[in-house]
Parts: sequence; C-alpha cells; structure tokens
Amino acid sequence: MDVIVLQLFNGISVSSILLLIALGLAITFGLMKVINMAHGELIMIGAYSAYVVQNLFTSYMPSSMFNWYFVAAIPVSFIVAFLMGLLLETTLIRFLYGRPLDSLLATWGIGLMLQQLARTIFGAPNVGVTSPSWLNGGVTIMGDVVLPYKRLFIIALVCLCLFAMYVYIYRSHSGRRMRAVMQNREMAACLGISTRRVDAVTFAIGSGIAGIAGCALTLMGPIGPSIGTYYIVDAFMVVVLGGVGKLVGTVFGAFGIGMSNTLFEYWTTASLGKVLVFLCIVAFLQWRPMGLIAMRSRSLD
Amino acid sequence: MHKRLMSPQRLWLLAGYTAAAVALFCAPLYLSDFRLNLLAKFLAFAIVALGLDLIWGYTGILSLGHGVFFGLGGYAMAMYLKLEASGGRLPDFMDWSGLTALPWFWKPFSSFGFAFAAGILLPALLALVLGYFTFRNRIRGVYFTILTQALVIITVTLFIGQQAYTGGTNGVTGYGKLFGQSLASPETKQTLYWVTVVALIAAYVLCRFLVKSRFGKVLRAIRDGENRVRFIGYNPAVYQMVAFSISAGLAGLAGMLFVLHVGIISPSMMGIVPSIEMVLWVAIGGRGTLVGAALGAILLNSAKSVFSESYPDAWLFFMGALFVIVVVFLPKGAAGLFGQFKWLRKGRTVHEDGDGVSYPAVR
Amino acid sequence: MKMGMESAILQCDEVTVDFDGFKAVQGMSFRLERGELRFLIGPNGAGKTTMLDVICGKVKPTVGKVLFGGKIDITRKKEHQIAELGIGRKFQTPSIFPTLTVFENLEIAMRQNRSVLAALRAKLNAEEQERIAAQLEMIGLQEKAYWRAGGLSHGEKQWLEIGMMLLQEPEILLLDEPVAGMTDNETEKTGELLRTISQTQSIVVVEHDMEFVRNFASKVTVMHEGRLLKEGSMEDVQRDDRVAEVYLGKRRDADAGRSTA
Repeated sequence: MDVIVLQLFNGISVSSILLLIALGLAITFGLMKVINMAHGELIMIGAYSAYVVQNLFTSYMPSSMFNWYFVAAIPVSFIVAFLMGLLLETTLIRFLYGRPLDSLLATWGIGLMLQQLARTIFGAPNVGVTSPSWLNGGVTIMGDVVLPYKRLFIIALVCLCLFAMYVYIYRSHSGRRMRAVMQNREMAACLGISTRRVDAVTFAIGSGIAGIAGCALTLMGPIGPSIGTYYIVDAFMVVVLGGVGKLVGTVFGAFGIGMSNTLFEYWTTASLGKVLVFLCIVAFLQWRPMGLIAMRSRSLD
Repeated sequence: MHKRLMSPQRLWLLAGYTAAAVALFCAPLYLSDFRLNLLAKFLAFAIVALGLDLIWGYTGILSLGHGVFFGLGGYAMAMYLKLEASGGRLPDFMDWSGLTALPWFWKPFSSFGFAFAAGILLPALLALVLGYFTFRNRIRGVYFTILTQALVIITVTLFIGQQAYTGGTNGVTGYGKLFGQSLASPETKQTLYWVTVVALIAAYVLCRFLVKSRFGKVLRAIRDGENRVRFIGYNPAVYQMVAFSISAGLAGLAGMLFVLHVGIISPSMMGIVPSIEMVLWVAIGGRGTLVGAALGAILLNSAKSVFSESYPDAWLFFMGALFVIVVVFLPKGAAGLFGQFKWLRKGRTVHEDGDGVSYPAVR
Repeated sequence: MKMGMESAILQCDEVTVDFDGFKAVQGMSFRLERGELRFLIGPNGAGKTTMLDVICGKVKPTVGKVLFGGKIDITRKKEHQIAELGIGRKFQTPSIFPTLTVFENLEIAMRQNRSVLAALRAKLNAEEQERIAAQLEMIGLQEKAYWRAGGLSHGEKQWLEIGMMLLQEPEILLLDEPVAGMTDNETEKTGELLRTISQTQSIVVVEHDMEFVRNFASKVTVMHEGRLLKEGSMEDVQRDDRVAEVYLGKRRDADAGRSTA
C-alpha cells in the first residue's frame, strides 16, 4: 500500500514535469503548426540559467541569502528562455509556419547547435545545482511514506504555471487573440489581429515555460547540455496523445504518459516499461487517431 | 507517350551511370585499405538513404526511426558472426550476465541464410506492423514522425536494458571471421567492398524501378494529396505500408553490410542522433531524387570523417547549421540546386514548380 | 438510355449528419435514377456539400442509409472502396496532384486495378495511351501533357480534374460547383459535357450559378437548413413559394455566397 502511494506520487510528479514541458509544445504546434525540437534545449537553457543564478549568489551575495537564489532563478529562467524563444521565432521559426516536418528538422539543427554551445560554455560534464535547504526533507504521511518537499514544490509550481496559462489563454485579451488565430488565422488577420505578434509572443511564452521546467529539473539532479533530449520525445508523445488545440488534452496526455510510465516501470523493468507505454499509446491511437481532443474541420486535408 | 529512346540527354545520363559504376568497382585500385573500408561503409549508408528517400522524398512520410531498422539488420548479422566466433559456446557477454543457455531466439541465427533473411525481413516486418497500425488510422505527418522517434527511444532502451540478450550498451562485437575468412584481411575487405557496391547498385535499380512504375506515381500522388488518392479509389494505407516496409528492409540490408565493415553494432548506432543524421543525408542530397540521396549520404559522411577527425566539436555545430540551411534555403537539396540550374539553362520558367509542390517545403 | 423502372442507382434514406452538435444534414432522403442529371441547390449552409461528402464516404452519417445500386449500403464503406464501387467526386477547389505531370494525373486516375501488385506491374499499353490522349484532347491540355499539374491555371486544373474523373469511369459523378471560376464559354462547354455524360452515367451537381442550372437542369433538388425543401423540374421549383422565400432574401447576396458553400 505504502509503495503504491509512493509510486502514484512519483507518477504525479513525473507527469507534472512532462506537462510543463509539453504545454509550450502543444501551444506552438496548435497555433502555428510548427514542431519545435529545440524545445528540449530551451529546457536546458532554463536549467543553466538557474545554475548561473546560483553561482552569482554564491559569489556576490551573503551566504545567508543563498537559500533565496531559487526564488530568483525561476523568473530569470523564464525570461532567458523567453528571450531565446523570441529570438528563435523572429530569425527562423516564422519562415517555417505550416511546415511541421521542415520545422522539426530545422529546429533539431538549432537544438544541436545550442547543445554544442552549452558544452563550449559550461563544459561537457554535468553540473550540480544545490537545492535551497528549505526544500530538503519531506512530509511523512501514513507512517513511513516520505513525500519530498522538492517534488511537492514542483507539483505546486506546475499548478501555478497551468493556472497562469489558463488565465492567459481563456481570460485575457491577448489570450483571446491567440485562440482566434489558432482557430482561423485568415479571419483573425482580417479582423485586425497582428498574427505576427501573436505568433511571436506565444512562441516566446511557450519557450519561457520550458525555461521554468528546466529550472525545476535542477532540483531533481545534475544537469548537462543534453538534458532536454531525455524529456523531449516523451513531451511530444503527450502532444500526440492529448491532441492539439485545448489545454485539457495536454493535461490528460501528460498524466496518461507520466503515470503509465512510472507504473509500468515499477511493475516491470525500466526498459520493458517503456515498450509497454509505447504499445499503449499506439493502441490508444487506434481508438482516437487524432488524440484525446481533436478539432474537426471540413477541409480536404 | 514520347519514347525518346536514345536522346543525347539519355546518352549522357547513361554514360554518367556507367562511369560512376566503373569508378566504384575500380576503387580498390586507387584507394588505400583504410579509405576503401570507409568508402564501403558510406556506400552502405547510401543504401539507407535510398530507402529513406523512397518513403520521405517520394511518399512524403518522414521517418526518424530508420536507425532502428538499420540496427536490427546489423544485430541480425552480428548475432550470426558472434555465434560463429563463439564456436558452440555461449557468447561471452551472455556468460557475464549469468545466462546458462542460449536464448531460443538466438538459436536460428547460427545459420547464415536465416540471419541474412532476418536482417532484411525483421525490419521490414516491424515497419509493416507499425505502418499498419498508423497509416490505417491516418496517423501521418508529424504524428507519425514522432511515433517513429519514440520507436527509436524504446528500442534503444530495450536493447540497453536487456543486456543478457543484446550485449547492452557495448552491443555485439568481438568477432572476426566470416566463412572462415578474417574480416580484417585486405582481401576480405576488398570482396566485402564489391559486395557492397553490388548491393548498392541493386538497391538503386530496385528503387528506380519502384519510382518509375505506376506504384511510384501513386506514391507521389499520396505525397501530394493523400485524401484525393482515396477518392480515386486507391487505399493509400497499403501503399504507404509497402513503401515503408521496403524502405526498412533496405536499411536492414545496409545495417548488415555495416557490421561486416565495422565489426560492431551497438545501441548508440541506432539512436536518435544517427536516425536523424540519415534524414540529413537525404535532405542534403535532395529528397525525391535517388542519386541525390545516395550522393548525399556519401558526401556528408566523407565530410564528417575528414572534419570530425580534426574538429569534433565544430562538426556538431556544422551539422546543426547544415540542417537549418538545407531546410530553409535548399528544400530540394543539392540535386534541387543542380536541377534549378538546368531549368534556367533550358529557358523554362520556374512557375512549373508553382504553388502546389507539396513538399511541405515549397508549399 | 434510361434503364426503365429498376431500382435507383443511389438512394439516401433519412440521412442525418451531426458535427459535434451542429446538424448539417437532417433526415435528408433523396433518390437518383440511372442516367439522371440532378442539380442540388440551396442557400449557403443548406448541407449540399455535406450531402456529397456523405455519398462519397468523406463524412459518415450519424443516422441513415445510403444504398448504391439498390443493395450495397455504402455508409459502412471506406472512401476508396466507395470510389472503387463507382462513385467519383470532384471537389470544389481543384484537387489534382501538383507534382505529377498532367499525363500522370490522368494515368493514375484511369479505371484500373488499384492494388499495389497491379500498380507495380502496370505498363502503359496502347489502348490506355489512346484513352489518355483522347481525354487530353477533350479537356484541351494536349500541349501541356508533360507539365507539372501544379503549374496549370485554375481553370485548367478544373478541367484536368474533370478529365481524371471521366477516366475513372464512375457510375455516379458528384460535382461540387464545377463551373466556378470558368468563363462563359467554358461553362457552356461543361454543361454540354454533363449532358453527354448523363447518357451513360448518373450525375449529381451542386451549383450556385442559377443561370447554369436553368440551362441544363431537368430535375432539381432544393435543400434548406439540412432538409429537403422541394424536388422537381426547374419550373416547379421556381414556382414554389417556399423556395422563393428562402431564395428571395438570399438572392441579393447570392453572388457573395458563391465563394463558400
């Protein structure tokens, strides 16, 4: 029983990170039909931003302040990744709208270059980020099940991001514009919405969220230049499973994959677990080829 | 239809092919053993590129999973070689992992015929099954691509995880003989080189036949508009499955040759990066032209071996940049560049490539 | 050349299409005799295109049956099976294969065994060449036979698609606004062509161009808000009060409506 509770908790924790990563992917794919393989590297950028913030704190701040570096690192990671995303969008991505396969290849190239850049700057070996001491330890429930603060913190962070995204997409003016462009680009443009701006901002926000995800990952272990690649394919599977165009789909997709990954790996071995998850996904797609949430259209293709 | 039997253009083309074939066959005369071995490896890669072009360039389906098919072929051959080398005893890595008997699925691989057939049929079958469950449901475009990438991840994890059966991260290595001949001897290497050249030419002829046949025209029609093909009465799923399967079989064949040249196969050779690198060969050379794809594989790998020996770091930068440049500026690859040049000379207008060319690239 | 009183080539019974709550077609019934040229008209959003989609299998009806040749229920069949049975469709926007040449477009559309094995073995024989050549001449594209179809003008693409459909030799042709974007001359030519075809095959045409309908229609079906409003000869339909009501309000923007449907 204890073990199962712990596994469930781990599943939720894994799912929430996946969700954070997949959120940006789902939005950019839904909005501009662009597959951003460099998303993983934006995670990496977020993680290294946290690392740099930590180093700055140790160098320039009194050690009593050190514990607060992480609070500063979250917005910094967001901003750095946001700016990087903006740069990417304006220089490359906008030429690739509506060409998902091409964008996939081009952004993979970008990802490769960013990884190499990180290797040049920070070195190839992984670097560790010391978690703030207030995140050490955990809550004990049911006698002997320990839920680490770090994972709880990440879950809370994800909930916060999700809520912010929800408010942004469904309650704000810019969010309404974004949805308009997503549903009918030409019409939205005719109504005077600057689709260029919407695209750029949305892409940057998706990137920024990836940055936050990277920042959160520093709590889970050491980080390296290729940290993003571990997560990116799973995150894409979330998008495939959840369908495109609605936040709910992404949430369900993330939990579907995160939970089944954790549970299958617990019941079998890590490698067999992955195979089972893949088979489940393919089986699921037999039932719902367009993912959980699909938008219908009347066009021929 | 025009039957331009021996127009000058055709003659030149024929002369070009003959010259290339002769140059390939005579390579042992002017290349060192080391270079020859490298070239043999690249020619094996060119076979993968041909298959990949069939499915991507002609059918419009991007597979990032060809590393797996390549790897399966490689493992099939390596398993045979390993069993040969172990001479009836248990292969060393199984011993280390505590196995006491040969697993049942290893047993038939002691026959070369079986291993050879499996090296082609196993990848083809896997592709057929994956294709059946995806194309039938119209899972295509990026969705399919992402699934193939997931296939790579799980296969690699599986091969690493099941160390006792697959040799884990190290892969299957430590064999040196084929039919009693040392794989390292120059004579064997030369023979294997010629075998590879023959295989490449055969693969080219096969792909050319497929592409020129009505089957190939339907494939291109599917690339242009899958749904429209349906309303004419074709079942695109079956065509896609067959093309994908042939493509995977070619990758398997290449994998077998690769193992013979290199003497090792490991999960790292079928991972995400090698798989996507294969796509780059085709993209560089020009999707939708067979010669371009094959040349792309040979050229890029030559460049890699020269470049990455001296600047291993810069190579990754270069490869990343190449991806961006090719996709954004040269969607048809080098062959496209050449083709464009030819159009201009002929004084034809470019508008024939007009609006609808539905490589997603030109849109 | 009518086949007397045998069963209709196509019969739709109480077809309803529900797009996530929006009923595009509601309980539509409709019967097409062999060798009939039928026009399907109605204001925007009447469900005409959706009806064609149902017949060719693109859209599965929520309720209802579509019988082909009196016995085969095609609502259970896949698109390519329906096409193989002999129902051809021309879409509103020309959908040809842009990277194939005009000749190749016709070649793969031609009636033939469509299995993979057959396609691998297929060789263009003299008879097929002649048929394609004849078709090329009819659609006026002989000169451009080896052009990439993507480079054709809009009107030429329309013709190519019509040519492809004729080579397909379907028993029923479904045409969605075939004369949109055509010149008066071409429109006239299309009308004549439809008449010729209807001697051997059955045709359903969705059209907004009333002039065209008036000139060539023998029987007209009017749809409104997903339902059957009126069926009969053009004169009957024009005299009908309800049709007038539906159309009068709309007539002013009939031109604007042409672009969508």
